[in-house]
Amino acid sequence: MRVGVVVFPGTNCDQDIEHVYGGLLGAETVKIWHRDTDLQNVDLVVLPGGFSYGDYLRTGALAKLSPVMDSIRIFAADGGRVLGICNGFQILCESGLLPGALLENVGRRFLSRFVNIRVESRASFFTSTCERGSVITCPIAHFQGNYFADEKTLRELEENDQVVFRYCSADGALSDSDLDINVNGSIHSIAGVRNRLGNVVGLMPHPERAVERLIGDVGGNSGLSLFQHAA
Amino acid sequence: MRYQVLVRLKEGVLDVQGKAVETGLRDQKFDAIKNVRVGRVIELDVDGVSKDAARKQVEDVCKILLANPVIEQYEIKEVL
Repeated sequence: MRVGVVVFPGTNCDQDIEHVYGGLLGAETVKIWHRDTDLQNVDLVVLPGGFSYGDYLRTGALAKLSPVMDSIRIFAADGGRVLGICNGFQILCESGLLPGALLENVGRRFLSRFVNIRVESRASFFTSTCERGSVITCPIAHFQGNYFADEKTLRELEENDQVVFRYCSADGALSDSDLDINVNGSIHSIAGVRNRLGNVVGLMPHPERAVERLIGDVGGNSGLSLFQHAA
Repeated sequence: MRYQVLVRLKEGVLDVQGKAVETGLRDQKFDAIKNVRVGRVIELDVDGVSKDAARKQVEDVCKILLANPVIEQYEIKEVL
């Protein structure tokens, strides 16, 4: 498997992604600069976290205009797999590859902490090797992670099983109103969504930061299960 | 031609910054001030094209970049 890791000015999680796919799972990884349009025959494109363009205007807004995004749109339309984490998720929403948008956290704070997320759908490439209902503990680090979609979009997401992850308690219970659980106030506790086909997935939490027991003393390596699709 | 674009969150979309400003003002006893909404003003010049074409270009950039139609609304004003 060949994984392309897209780097925008301000991206800072690209090496973490290379470490998971390349270092731990043995996939081949290549970095793709945002001005490049050649996706180098990769099987999966990852938009990592960070602060592309310094979050100017809106998070992910300027990144969506980078030349690489045109290639990614074509790649995704052909069924190519695309994963966006944190700022990558924001870019996918801004570019229309995923529905909805990310607002500022309800509690008006940048949140850097561990959260629990529940796998809601296996109908995405990213969760295809996971069990529905399984709980993953991993970090978040964002100010704009409050998922929002209008009522019509939300209904479609729920009806089509497009909600991939929800914030939950350690034992998998949901509460939209409890900010200890649904930490940023996301609508329907949504932490990640997929497109209709399931080949484009985005989420705010960072499972790539909970893949080794050495560094994940809270979440252990529970994030690693999500990357097994590349193993 | 110079334009001013005012971008704001749509009604019904939680404006966290507006809420924070309102709380700050309430702490200063400005109790009569309500419904604070924080937006963004973007100014730009469009030169060398007709007025209609200029207006159209500003509309276009609002749609593709300056505002996110999922959460924001925009108003365009021509300024001197």
